[in-house]
Amino acid sequence: MAHGHAVKRHTGLMDWLTTVDHKKIGILYLIAGGFFFLVGGLEALLIRIQLWKPLNDFVGADTYNELLTMHGTTMIFLAAMPMLFALMNAIVPLQIGARDVAFPFVNALGFWTFFFGAVLLNVSWFAGSAPEAGWTAYAPLAGTTYSPGHGMDYYVIGLQIAGIGTLIGGINFLVTIINMRAPGMTFMRMPMFTWASFITSALILFAFPALTVGLAALMFDRIFDANFFDPSGGGNSVLWEHIFWIFGHPEVYILILPAFGVISDVISTFSRKRLFGYSSMVFATILIGFLGFMVWAHHMFTTGLGPIANSLFSIATMLIAVPTGIKIFNWLFTMWGGSIKFTTANLFAVGFIPTFVMGGVTGVMLAAAPADFQYHDSYFVVAHFHYVIVGGLILGIFSGLHYWWPKMFGRMLNETIGKLTFWTFFIGFHMTFFVQHFLGLLGMPRRIWTYLDGLGFNEMNLISTIGAILMGFGTIFFLLNVTITAFKPKNAVNDPWEDGRTLEWTISSPPPEYNFQQTPLVRGYDAFWKEKMEGKKGMTPAEPIGSIHMPSPSILPFFMSLGLFITGFGLLYSDGTWGSVGGIDTGYIIGAAGLLVTFTCMILRSLYDDHGFHIEPEDQHDGGVKA
Amino acid sequence: MNRWQFVKRLAPLLALMVLVLSACGRSDLSTLNPQGPVAQEQFGLMKLAISIMLIVIVVVFAISFYVIIRFRRRPGDKTIPKQVEGSHKLEIIWTVIPIIMLIILGVPTVQSVFNLAKDYTKDPDAVKVIVTSHQYWWEFEYPELGIKTAQELIIPTGKTISIEAKSADVLHSFWIPSLAGKIDTNPGANVNTMYFSAPKEGVYLGKCAELCGPSHGLMDFKVKSVDESSFDRWTAALQEPVALPSDPAVKEAFVSKCLTCHAVGDQGGPAFPNLTGIGSRQTVGGILVNTDDPKYSNEGSTEENLHRWIKDPQAVKPGNQMPKVDLTEQELDGIAKYLSDLTLDYQQ
Repeated sequence: MAHGHAVKRHTGLMDWLTTVDHKKIGILYLIAGGFFFLVGGLEALLIRIQLWKPLNDFVGADTYNELLTMHGTTMIFLAAMPMLFALMNAIVPLQIGARDVAFPFVNALGFWTFFFGAVLLNVSWFAGSAPEAGWTAYAPLAGTTYSPGHGMDYYVIGLQIAGIGTLIGGINFLVTIINMRAPGMTFMRMPMFTWASFITSALILFAFPALTVGLAALMFDRIFDANFFDPSGGGNSVLWEHIFWIFGHPEVYILILPAFGVISDVISTFSRKRLFGYSSMVFATILIGFLGFMVWAHHMFTTGLGPIANSLFSIATMLIAVPTGIKIFNWLFTMWGGSIKFTTANLFAVGFIPTFVMGGVTGVMLAAAPADFQYHDSYFVVAHFHYVIVGGLILGIFSGLHYWWPKMFGRMLNETIGKLTFWTFFIGFHMTFFVQHFLGLLGMPRRIWTYLDGLGFNEMNLISTIGAILMGFGTIFFLLNVTITAFKPKNAVNDPWEDGRTLEWTISSPPPEYNFQQTPLVRGYDAFWKEKMEGKKGMTPAEPIGSIHMPSPSILPFFMSLGLFITGFGLLYSDGTWGSVGGIDTGYIIGAAGLLVTFTCMILRSLYDDHGFHIEPEDQHDGGVKA
Repeated sequence: MNRWQFVKRLAPLLALMVLVLSACGRSDLSTLNPQGPVAQEQFGLMKLAISIMLIVIVVVFAISFYVIIRFRRRPGDKTIPKQVEGSHKLEIIWTVIPIIMLIILGVPTVQSVFNLAKDYTKDPDAVKVIVTSHQYWWEFEYPELGIKTAQELIIPTGKTISIEAKSADVLHSFWIPSLAGKIDTNPGANVNTMYFSAPKEGVYLGKCAELCGPSHGLMDFKVKSVDESSFDRWTAALQEPVALPSDPAVKEAFVSKCLTCHAVGDQGGPAFPNLTGIGSRQTVGGILVNTDDPKYSNEGSTEENLHRWIKDPQAVKPGNQMPKVDLTEQELDGIAKYLSDLTLDYQQ
């Protein structure tokens, strides 16, 4: 095939703004998610400093509520989700032998909408009032009567825009995994991380629309004086609780399943053993995803839904322990009889197992509704969900980052600093959150700004704060490691851990922009391992060397999202703050201008066909499949 | 990475656990030190769940440590372990055993859910209380007795207290850890019911357990359990007329600036906490602890606390509805003194 179209190449910043390459988008997600992880972590440290002693006045009561709201919202939506998307983007196409995701343009759009939504949410800190009604935004507190500032407006609009990014990202991965698998890569040969990403994407597809609807309704309540959730106007505050948790509980599994996938791949690789009970792992993942939609009301045992609902949701919640238990034991028996190498990635993975079990068992304890009447909204719950989210998800992300860092950046992270990172973070984590179980049981409610002296809370709060500072040091060590590594030569080989089992380790580190010079032929589960065991150095190609079709970079996703950002900003201040022009509120005019930008970009995208470009065999240099 | 690091990691945790479990917290605040049948039942379920979960933890930790120590790779080891696909026998074991454990936990859970949902609102022997939460205080109404009080729920020992809980503004949650788990107070007509009882006399700490604004953490209340004759004397005393301050200037300020919102006896407005008997309460504003022997910073005599509160309510409880009232120093002193003497004599 001839050069039908000119090859568009950008360099420097423009390259990053226009890229549609899944590997670069993965890195963008990592940078943005990592940044917001630091922001959320800083908020957490301020919270812990406020609580280190009784009746502390380090921050005021209002600021404290802003901190706890933004800590939760940032960590869930702006740190954890994008860091997972970073790994999914960087790795899933490689694991299924694809050259990119199904919709590279949409992939970029997903990143930029997330990014601008996240920025909008955080602009609130500089605009005078950050969201203050908790990440759960329970009505009527989140309504205009009780949160009259603009904080909660930033929450509804910022999250709405960021949510679009997540939703289209999820759809993209569903389509990618269904359609773009290499020949022979059947569903039951897919690596666990790909499986987990697949199920997570399905959960996103079904859960995020609930959030979209809820946020839209809350936006109507706040900006257009509607009454969905305001009882004084005929609305219902319990309705918000249902909508929020119908999204919110699956969200927990959206977060944890990819971490399960990372752990499965890492443990199997560093034990030099096939994943124990692969098919039951797949089944358990699907079952967890399914049950995840059946249990939302366990967040609402004290709302007053009545004994029948409480019993049903108690039992349904307990059931999730069964597939989760299957996974735990499968990991343990993957290691059993293996040859376990304790790299940093594997330390995080192995540390994950007992930690996550501790978070899981408290989850079952919380599922018993009458006992939950005592635990609910106490520090016990805080301890529980940090055990599953930090002890599960964040350990999983750290594990995945150390594991795939050479594949993403072509450089190995320093193992000594890596181990230091692990031990500081891990010990700090348990110090911070283990004692919080007992704080809750001793009667300390969550989300309290301060507490009286003499209640028996002092020592444990102090321990918790010291632990949080240790976690901060762990994170700093990781950043240090990343910085030092960035100055090292890019010399990682294809399979730097030497025990790689899956397709991403068959190509160079980092892979060329087309990933696979020849699409590989997959002959079984653990495709690369299978070839290695048969004495081969690489995969059998499934196609001859030929011209490779690539998508063109585009700046449109950036501007589409920027338009939404401007619209959101306009809507936020459509209450007369900026006066009016010709009888129309300036806020609405700015909002319309933003929408105009977005729609113009959409029209441009529709009218101008971009067929991409081709990379000819003579230009395909390094990497590719070595036959 | 030697095996001792795991021991080092666990040692402080175990030490802490021993420390914590040896003292189950204050008996007026801790869920681990239940003082009434409802909290007792919940604690029973918690103990059952913890026991089952400890078994899980022990098994997983044991296998983990064994595997981590036994199957670590020796340097230079190039051997390829046997690639095991799985084991049906094992997988059935770790599916069935958890299911059995969950049945052991699930059956009493469901029983307890229904047991705790019993409706005592029509029971003639139960004391009915309508709990209304406000930013950031608690209103307690005894509909059968026709009385209302705030911040301190006085109950007769041993009687079942039937609660109807609702909110006047945002969501709050009514929680007395040592007596009973919490129930949310919803706005609108969405009234929740619960019940509890306190067999022993004493004062129990109550907390708001749902984020309700800046002073959520300061929205404490007390439950005071007294013997039945004291309770009867208290209900009678609450309905007696209350003398206003004797000093005319203080009286004038009190009537024009306090009674517009608050009530004492049969005078004043009902919208904000009823002050009848405020001198006998354990706290001012729920968070300033009245004591003659102050040890900590939020403690003082009733009069000092009242003075501190009235002088600047926002400094004590940010975001609450009480404004800084324009009072002269003399009026402030007089009102604080008057209110601290406004006691109800009902306990013998």
